[in-house]
Amino acid sequence: MAADINAFVTEETIEGADVDGPLADATVAVKDNISTAGIRTTCGSEMLADYVPPYSATVVDRLTEAGATVVGKTNMDEFGMGTTTETSAFGPTRNPVDTDRVPGGSSGGSAAAVAAGEADVALGSDTGGSVRCPAAFCGVVGIKPTYGLVSRYGLIAYANSLEQIGPIAGTVEEAAAALDVIAGDDPHDGTTRDLSEIEGADPSASYAAAADGDVDGMTIGVPTELFEGADERVVETVEAAIADLEARGAETTEISLPSVEHAVQAYYVIAMAEASSNLARFDGVRYGHRGDSDGNWNESFAETREEGFGAEVKRRILLGTYALSAGYHDKYYEKAQDARAWVRQDFEAAFEDVDVIASPTMPVLPFELGESLDDPLRMYLADANTTPANLANLPAISVPAGEADGLPVGLQLVGPKFGEETIVRAASAVEER
Amino acid sequence: MSDTAASDDGAAAVDAEEVRHVADLARVRLADDEVDEFAAQFGDILEYFEALDEVPETEREEELVNVMRPDEIEEGLSQEEALANAEETEDGFFVGPKVS
Repeated sequence: MAADINAFVTEETIEGADVDGPLADATVAVKDNISTAGIRTTCGSEMLADYVPPYSATVVDRLTEAGATVVGKTNMDEFGMGTTTETSAFGPTRNPVDTDRVPGGSSGGSAAAVAAGEADVALGSDTGGSVRCPAAFCGVVGIKPTYGLVSRYGLIAYANSLEQIGPIAGTVEEAAAALDVIAGDDPHDGTTRDLSEIEGADPSASYAAAADGDVDGMTIGVPTELFEGADERVVETVEAAIADLEARGAETTEISLPSVEHAVQAYYVIAMAEASSNLARFDGVRYGHRGDSDGNWNESFAETREEGFGAEVKRRILLGTYALSAGYHDKYYEKAQDARAWVRQDFEAAFEDVDVIASPTMPVLPFELGESLDDPLRMYLADANTTPANLANLPAISVPAGEADGLPVGLQLVGPKFGEETIVRAASAVEER
Repeated sequence: MSDTAASDDGAAAVDAEEVRHVADLARVRLADDEVDEFAAQFGDILEYFEALDEVPETEREEELVNVMRPDEIEEGLSQEEALANAEETEDGFFVGPKVS
């Protein structure tokens, strides 16, 4: 099976602590952009094909301290840049549900490992939907936490202001239990938040305990914009799941989020701009691939990066450099920041009236392998429903809503900041139907 | 990069020369066929980004908190660990390409 779907880049084990922890006996697969001491961490790239981190990410330490055993590093779109897990230097991952299709990206290896039963839980990273998309395509559960809830120490950065590490699992409760373990303030990451200092947040909350299926009295906002243009089969499946929540006592109300029409553009401009800066560190001198050039620093640097990066990474570095360059900074980057603030305000206003916001996770069914590779813009558009939560730093979950033509459809629930318990509760009701 | 590249009608046509210029700024060497492919794709993608022009100017209230801690010496990587992933080292230093 493993060779079939190519879920792992490296299969090596880190034994969990011999404790009666919350994840005792659980196996965990870790996305290959999350550092593991002594085990190579490639980011799906030739650039880091031989890179062995000297330290582990905080989330990895927390998992093993809770008793979990790491079973390997999962395949991913190179540096997290993709929606299909086809841009990995180590070959594409296949969707275990239908091996002619992609598992979604960029954490496709993590979702596929869980869906294929090769790990109980997996970690992914979500910059614009990279945990939720593969969870939806593979028929499993994925949580993108509120920005600042989970430490990013040891995550090899692509777009710092957007990305969070999140768990993927077969059930809402299992994913929430993993979130319980990895969440929390980290002195190594200044962007993590101490929940005791946040109004309305409960530092002693158990996300797993919130998976009680009780949505009686909960208000669910349904934004028209996130259903428009989606595949009819996806819409029908998601609407049926929402109707079931109503039958269980939830109240639904149509809402409008006009700003989300610009979320994908804003997301890509910001992510590419941050990528162009973040990936400048790969110069072949301190770590990573190095070209043979006997030219000067700039020539050697350019050759190293020509050889080490794949097409999608080069595309985003160049577009990010373009968007930040003189004459275009105000046109693209500043406008994207305005759009980001607008999205944030739109959600804040919506959460004055509703508890959670429901929509399809992906507007499409899983792509066939190779289908979107020649048309990057088409792939970017598929992220329309997931990117708003990253721009607004909000928590979001994808839970299986059912199947259409034998393929999984994910329902996304977005909550207010640090409202993880609410989205977990609502999602657990979806899976109980 | 100059303003002139953004043509007056708002269409974001990108030519090969511009792609080469940006690649040069980003220190990424491109093959000729990659330059042509990117020029064609960048036109479409940047045209799509033009929709950001419709975004109203928005007041941005960032919740920024100063997280600087006292500057104390802590244990870090050993020199051996720091050099372990480098392709070329000498006498405890990284060896880089010549500067000019």
